[in-house]
Amino acid sequence: MQDGRTRIKAFFGRFFHNVELENDQDIFAMGIVNSLFAMQLVLFVEKEFGITIENDDLDIDNFKSVNAIVRLIEQKQVSRSEA
Amino acid sequence: MRAVLNAQQQNRQTAFKAFVQKEIVPHAAQYDREERVPAELIEKLAQQGYFGAVVPLENGGSGMDMITLGLLNEEFGRGCSSLRSLLTVHNMVTSALLKWGSKQQKESWIPRLAAGEVIGAFGLSEPNVGSDAKSVETSAVPSGDYYILNGQKKWITYGQIADLFLIFAQCDGKISAFLVERNTPGFSIEPIFGLLGMRASMAAVLHMQECKIRKENLVGGVGFGLASVASVALDIGRYSVAWGCVGIAQACLEACLQYTSERKQFGVYLKDHQLIQQMITEMITNVKAARLLCWQAGYLKDTGDSDTVMETWIAKYFASITAMKAANDAVQIHGANGCSDEYPVQRYLRDAKIMEIIEGSTQIQQITIAKYGYHGGML
Repeated sequence: MQDGRTRIKAFFGRFFHNVELENDQDIFAMGIVNSLFAMQLVLFVEKEFGITIENDDLDIDNFKSVNAIVRLIEQKQVSRSEA
Repeated sequence: MRAVLNAQQQNRQTAFKAFVQKEIVPHAAQYDREERVPAELIEKLAQQGYFGAVVPLENGGSGMDMITLGLLNEEFGRGCSSLRSLLTVHNMVTSALLKWGSKQQKESWIPRLAAGEVIGAFGLSEPNVGSDAKSVETSAVPSGDYYILNGQKKWITYGQIADLFLIFAQCDGKISAFLVERNTPGFSIEPIFGLLGMRASMAAVLHMQECKIRKENLVGGVGFGLASVASVALDIGRYSVAWGCVGIAQACLEACLQYTSERKQFGVYLKDHQLIQQMITEMITNVKAARLLCWQAGYLKDTGDSDTVMETWIAKYFASITAMKAANDAVQIHGANGCSDEYPVQRYLRDAKIMEIIEGSTQIQQITIAKYGYHGGML
């Protein structure tokens, strides 16, 4: 999912210039995420990766870093293909 | 590229216009004076499927796309902003549950919300909290299988008649969202009268004193109240208000085109005076521009594009200041008649002022949109 990491970082880069995001960096600790961006992130991930973020996915651990987001996406894509 | 409605959207727009013209426009002044809308009219809205606008067909709703939802809000905004606000807050609660509700919450509430059997209202603002939403003071303390809510919500649109409230409270220091039913012990309602505008929006103060709700009434998880639940609700609310503002501005334009074609001063119709023409041109241009911004926001919603979030902010900002300017000019054009409740333009002005305050005040919009620009949103 290296391509996924690149796409997610590119999305972050649209909103946060001069921020070099590491894959395991805690984006909440960086203080850059607000409720507006949270909604934009959910919409981006859903459209870009063809998944639906649901009530059960609402866990800070699923969104706290690029790697965490990628893990969520992979998990959702597997669930979708098994359904 | 040409922005065009498809046949279904056109047909629905025609139907919305006809309904508003017949059922709402003749009575809007009365609703404004009496500060209420009758239950019989709310029932008619339910019969038309307007309460199920955002609910998919397979869940008992009307399955409207976002452009059609916008057209509905424009027509209602043109007829009566107070009634448009009923659809707004109800759809805010419905949208939040559709996206972040549990399976049980969706099964329990979505069909009834879609049918208009249950009216939803949004409970975020408090006496001490408006723009600074993260400072809500209402608390929710876990207690066994329940949460105990204490606090007040103020300026709650249709709080006087709503059945289901989406309430935001601090839970373990994190803002969380809860469903509270009207008849819950410890929950009471105090009507608000005497508003400047949207006087028929039947606003209320909500009081929660040791209000006990089941744990299952938590929506979306502790700490996700603002970032997830409120974000979805406020986004659709902002979108709805933006279109409603286009409706107000359109109503002002139509009122002025008629008035200036009928009234003469200095031997000529008002429409032949150039300074009147200037104001009419501003209205025409701004209404069209505001509508296009709303259209853009709606198109991006329908395609799931994350850009819709900021485009909706921009649409609401421009549409609300357009409504305010159009209404201000409309009263000016009408002269003394514009200051009388014999003409609707004074109501449009009072309602337009409210639009500059709710769903993100003009100043919050300016701060947020500028930040977006500086963060590269316009590059």
